[in-house]
Amino acid sequence: MNRVTKFIILDILKNKIILIYTLLLSILSWGVFSVEDNSTKGILTLLNVILLTVPLVSVIFSTIYLYNSSEFIELLLSQPIPREKIWRSLFFGLTFSLLFAFFVGAGIPLLVYTPNDVGLMMLLVGLFISTVFVSIAFFSSISTRDKAKGIGIAIMLWLFFALLFDGLVLFLLFQLADYPIEKIMIGITSLNPIDLARILILLHIDVSAMMGYTGAIFKEFFGTALGIILSFVILFLWIIVPYSISLIKFKQKDL
Amino acid sequence: MTRWLHIIFLCFFFFQTYGRTLYVGAGKEFVSIKTAIQKSKNGDSIVVWGGLYKEENLVIDKSITLIGKKEATLDGQKKYEVLSIKANYVVVSGFKVQRSGYATLTDPCGIKVYDSHHVIITNNILEDNFFGIYLQYSKHCIVKDNKLRAYGTEEQQIGNGIHCWKSDSLQIIGNDVSGHRDGIYFEFVTNSVIWRNCSIGNIRYGLHFMFSNNDAYISNIFKNNGAGVAVMFTQKVKMFHNTFEENWGDAAYGLMLKEISDSYILGNTFKKNTTGIYMEGTNRINVEKNSFISNGWGMKIQASCMDNTITKNNFLANTFDVSTNGSLVLNTFDANYWDKYEGYDLNKDNIGDVPYHPLSIFSIIVEKTPPAMLLFRSFMVALLDKSEKIIPSLTPDNFIDNKPAMCALFL
Repeated sequence: MNRVTKFIILDILKNKIILIYTLLLSILSWGVFSVEDNSTKGILTLLNVILLTVPLVSVIFSTIYLYNSSEFIELLLSQPIPREKIWRSLFFGLTFSLLFAFFVGAGIPLLVYTPNDVGLMMLLVGLFISTVFVSIAFFSSISTRDKAKGIGIAIMLWLFFALLFDGLVLFLLFQLADYPIEKIMIGITSLNPIDLARILILLHIDVSAMMGYTGAIFKEFFGTALGIILSFVILFLWIIVPYSISLIKFKQKDL
Repeated sequence: MTRWLHIIFLCFFFFQTYGRTLYVGAGKEFVSIKTAIQKSKNGDSIVVWGGLYKEENLVIDKSITLIGKKEATLDGQKKYEVLSIKANYVVVSGFKVQRSGYATLTDPCGIKVYDSHHVIITNNILEDNFFGIYLQYSKHCIVKDNKLRAYGTEEQQIGNGIHCWKSDSLQIIGNDVSGHRDGIYFEFVTNSVIWRNCSIGNIRYGLHFMFSNNDAYISNIFKNNGAGVAVMFTQKVKMFHNTFEENWGDAAYGLMLKEISDSYILGNTFKKNTTGIYMEGTNRINVEKNSFISNGWGMKIQASCMDNTITKNNFLANTFDVSTNGSLVLNTFDANYWDKYEGYDLNKDNIGDVPYHPLSIFSIIVEKTPPAMLLFRSFMVALLDKSEKIIPSLTPDNFIDNKPAMCALFL
């Protein structure tokens, strides 16, 4: 870990938002698992947390942090450090702290209460989703210099992926119900990291229902080792692509 | 005085029926079972000592007891029916029966009972047969504690484990069947009981049950069969305390009921099936005190069902508790426990004060457009479900449990 990353992590820890986030996640996770008598319901609550709260916090916190540290970035740029390294350090710093928060807050109760494939998959997916939305935050904050606009873009992207996208897919589904669209559906869902994450978990908690005909097609794709690897590769692309775009923009940007 | 006469008479009777015992085996009285059967008379016993017997088709045409000792193995060499029972009061016990022939016209079996009554088949191991145990036109027979194993891969190339046809008053008890086409097959069998069997990993049905009135099957385990259990075109069936588990697939049902009437489904456990119970054209059935756990669909009740009562069941951790294909509801749901119920109980009588609509809109959407399953558990769908629960518009509003239990019923 280089010194810039260390600085950033320390800075993030100092402003306590991450600590509060960790605390909230952990209260929620321990809470849902100890209130319900069967862990399935806890898992379902946590699933919603992973699909809605985690992306929201990741994207907004990262965007605001990037805007707030614009002066710090300018200061760093006056030093003999390559731009790429600064941007990368910021990314690692933010990612690390959010992953840490998720792991401590939600990961540990998950591993304690559901130490099986479901728990592990949720943990992994949560970590990936956190990172994906940090990357999206980088993309949205570099898109514009205006802070309000940038945060607006971040929230819109979150809204799109978390809510609107599913509505669109549902609409499409009804329109094309007469056609064999199962395979196309798989392609479309991989355009949304949250959907991808949801399906990966779904295949573990609703495995019996997924054994039906249509489910079997999905299961055949997402359930096999190849499908799981492919899904994670796509999730990984969701990290790499927005970040890379933001990096190129950052390199060329006139600050 | 008459009592003494009775006892003397009974003793006399006992001595009368007491037969000889013939021994078959290396260094014994007989070397071949066939000759032993030829030399035997009604009431005799034949004890067969360990060894491999390749005697083509063995026909038992006398009322004898045939006992296998120390892994006496009867081999059909993949050409013959191994054991044919064509007499009444026959007992076959303790054999290993293997490798019967394969023919679609004559259905060669491990053990086949032709038009007989009071036949007892116990403690045998049947391995790699076309059909395992086959009873036709038989009465008062007992098939008990046998282990049947076959290695079929395709439906048309393997027969059923225990196949009963046009029979009456049978007892199928404690058998283990796996790898056959149907584990247990009942057609035109009446007044019979299937008790404590394990039917696991068969290619088609664990239990295939048709036109068989007044039967009961109790405490059986049906697990991981290609299409689960099918009970069809039958009246007055009692299904008690069975376990239906891990029957996975689009056309696989824990229990499939088709054209059934006046029957009881009581105290069964349905676990991890794609569909727990599938009902089509069933009338006047009581579904009571069953547990539906971790199924894809707890129950699928088609609109063709009428006057069924579903009461005091536990629905736990199912993806969908119930589903239907139409808007007509002629069945009653009462006093079940639904783990998805979110109502309250102000007077603390353990009955929820708000009626429960077990039918989620998404289960109807999935019924109509199966690919929608991919959107399950997304926020959008949760929103749809919530609004539908409050104001039912697409789901039939009389699909309702008026007295949902607040906590899981102790079954």
